[in-house]
Amino acid sequence: MNKLITYEEAANLVRNGDTIMVGGFLAVGTPEKLIDALIAKGLQELTLICNDTGFVDRGVGKMVVAKMFTKIMASHIGTNRETGRQLLEGETEVELIPQGTLIEQIRAGGFGLGGVLTKTGLGTEVEKGKMIININGEDYLLEKPLRANVALLYAEKADESGNLTYHGTTRNFNPYMGAAADLVIVEAKEIVKVGEISPDDVIVPGIFVDHIVYGGAE
Amino acid sequence: MDKQEMQEFIARRVAQELQDGTLVNLGIGLPALVANFVPEGRSVLFQSENGLIGLGPTPADDNIDLSITNAGGKPVTVLPGGCFFNSAISFGIIRGGHVDVTVLGALQVSEKGDIANYMIPGKMVPGMGGAMDLLNGAKKVIVAMEHTAKGAPKLLTECTLPLTAVNAVDLIVTEMGVIEVTYEGFVLTEYNPYFPIEEIKAATGAPLIISSALKQMV
Repeated sequence: MNKLITYEEAANLVRNGDTIMVGGFLAVGTPEKLIDALIAKGLQELTLICNDTGFVDRGVGKMVVAKMFTKIMASHIGTNRETGRQLLEGETEVELIPQGTLIEQIRAGGFGLGGVLTKTGLGTEVEKGKMIININGEDYLLEKPLRANVALLYAEKADESGNLTYHGTTRNFNPYMGAAADLVIVEAKEIVKVGEISPDDVIVPGIFVDHIVYGGAE
Repeated sequence: MDKQEMQEFIARRVAQELQDGTLVNLGIGLPALVANFVPEGRSVLFQSENGLIGLGPTPADDNIDLSITNAGGKPVTVLPGGCFFNSAISFGIIRGGHVDVTVLGALQVSEKGDIANYMIPGKMVPGMGGAMDLLNGAKKVIVAMEHTAKGAPKLLTECTLPLTAVNAVDLIVTEMGVIEVTYEGFVLTEYNPYFPIEEIKAATGAPLIISSALKQMV
């Protein structure tokens, strides 16, 4: 099955009000062209789940500048002054989540778990409103699963069935977001025929991937 | 000492704490300088929470791979034997107690080892990134920072800013001295002879116990 679609088709799969997950860490391993396609479509009132909000001119930060989000869930927003401005002026809701908790909430959302227990955030503002559970004499915070309508991911290489490989530090949140969204679109720098990626080298199984767009040079 | 000399002085002293064969995570800014001063003959592995172990030196301008970055998003190199992994593994390493030492900066540290370093409400809200997980999971937490914020004490009886973690800090290294966090409070174990002990006490916003084994910082 060939999962290849155009950027226009990809953008049409996202709707106003959707919750989206976007892979990447400070715009490394982020699907830049998919982001540009969503900005071109002018989507509104989205909720973002992403490690950080990148930069004003790179990564999901471009969507922050385009004021496409009503809510942002991220571990770090310090590299994008526009996110900070929208937060401080009350334009956009920002929920700060510890990075290790965020990836586990996504993993739980994708892998059928009712949540995860972690010590991270105990005694801080992160614990507000959350259940504390004692296991074997130790307190843990219950962090609930996260899911999204659409995940926008990056890959170094995809085969036409959606098996993905990565290079360097680009994998970060990408592999688990692919499991935690109803619809998964991958921007791959290189696309090859089925069988050209050794099963040993596949980092994200193709069954998680619905659609692929070509992200390499024209 | 000018600011750069001060930072290098702090980083050099922190580096002496790193034992042979350990796995270490350095925060961005001053803590990142520590990697430059690891004593000869000690093999220390550095982890970067965006997904790599085996952080090497900054690449030459003609040898940059934009897909190999550190937790500040800057291009880095990977030493032979290094490896890449996703964020779930990265924070499993961190939360799971597999990192021996983390070195972080701070806005405030209390005599109980509480630390505040991720936001100033209404003013600056960068977010915690991976700091809450590192503070909870690393076996030893070292704070590397200037002793005061332009004269205002950062070592306090109680933190006034939102906490990043409770009872987490083990050791503090500043341009004035080396301070252990103990059940009795702050204990000065080493001092920079450039500063009289009374001046160090005056710059500390909590009682400062002088160790009976006090020695000069080298």
